[in-house]
Amino acid sequence: MINKIVQTMAETMSGIRDGSVVLLGGFGAVGQPNALIEGLIEQGAKDLTVAANNAGVGHVGLARLMELGRVRKIICSFPRSSDPVVFETLYRAGKIELEIVPQGTLAERMRAAGAGVPAFFTATGVGTKMALGKESRDIGGRTYILEHALKGDVGLVEAWEADRWGNLTYKQAGRNFNPVVAMASDLTLVQAQHIRELGEIDPDHIVTPGIFVNRVLHVPYGDPAGF
Amino acid sequence: MSVTAAAFKPFTRQQMAQRAAADIPEGWYVNLGIGIPTLVADYVPMDREVIFHSENGVLGMGPAPEQDKIEPWLINAGKQYVTLRTGGSYCHHADSFAMIRGGHLDLCVLGAFQVADNGDIANWATSDNDSAPAVGGAMDLAAGARRLWVLMEHTAKDGTPKLVRRCTYPLTAPGAVKRIYTNLATIDVTERGFVVLDIVPGLSLADLQARTEAKLHLPG
Repeated sequence: MINKIVQTMAETMSGIRDGSVVLLGGFGAVGQPNALIEGLIEQGAKDLTVAANNAGVGHVGLARLMELGRVRKIICSFPRSSDPVVFETLYRAGKIELEIVPQGTLAERMRAAGAGVPAFFTATGVGTKMALGKESRDIGGRTYILEHALKGDVGLVEAWEADRWGNLTYKQAGRNFNPVVAMASDLTLVQAQHIRELGEIDPDHIVTPGIFVNRVLHVPYGDPAGF
Repeated sequence: MSVTAAAFKPFTRQQMAQRAAADIPEGWYVNLGIGIPTLVADYVPMDREVIFHSENGVLGMGPAPEQDKIEPWLINAGKQYVTLRTGGSYCHHADSFAMIRGGHLDLCVLGAFQVADNGDIANWATSDNDSAPAVGGAMDLAAGARRLWVLMEHTAKDGTPKLVRRCTYPLTAPGAVKRIYTNLATIDVTERGFVVLDIVPGLSLADLQARTEAKLHLPG
């Protein structure tokens, strides 16, 4: 019997190695797998490359992971936030590497990784600093730059519902990066608000099929925090 | 009759948004950037069906909710609480940006630091040494939407022109802007350069030119 549902955070986080590339779902506080990020802090892996849309707020979650010196590099589209103090401090001190990626390119690089597409051409960033050092090509009269797939060793995902096969649904704008993080990661770890019996989620409503998911932890935390 | 510059009244942010909203026809799919562009939605009546898109996977975004009707999971790209109109839908980030990058949006309205008369836009960083550059979805929107309009003040706070011959700030996209709505005028970006469509009452073309680095043209 397949059962991807695990009972403890330690079990969820087991096997994450130093030097891993970690992809995070979430946009702002919505759909962000906060419990799993806390679990990663506890687990201890270091020298991490973290890809997420934002670079942490205040001193909790991703910001805390960075503050503890565990993140070597951050890949994101928007490192500013209401309180980016940890990232700004580390960045100015040269203690963290930053790769800025346009938001759509970031999402597409994850989808490409999940779909076995090693790289793709896009018009986003052509004629800007983003194009520096990148291969470009004219196709059908327009110029494009080559962007590479972004694969995760580990993906942290927040879902609304999950079953023991790892099928997932999301709630409203909580979907955001989560489905592409799930498909782009070798080890996809999910925190889910609700655990459903197999067959209880309407197959027409499943957004992430269980093939993209490795472990599910039940974390019924309620509503996301305000801003 | 000569009119002095002192007699004119610049548009407020609300009036700028209202001016731009008047040009958006029913049926368009539209993304509004953070800041003044967000206000445009307030001036599109609900019976003119314009579908607003937000980068974080919301298509058919409605106005801000009443305080007691907030859905904590329903935010826009500016991380403000919003509503979903009847007929609206959610999608994931890659599909949301496929709508942008795949040329499915009829219009994107962004703010900007500078727009050049060849359509170049600079709206994400004010210097090459920005301490933590943050691009978000601006480059995707500028390169991907079928039309890009800019909604911004005509000059910077210190009076420096923002409508320029060439952008000095890092580009968001080259040759992308089709129209600019400012607190002083509406200006098309054409092969001739900037073409003035309308000016706030009381301001002459010469007065407008004095506040604009690039050459202004009249239609025709």
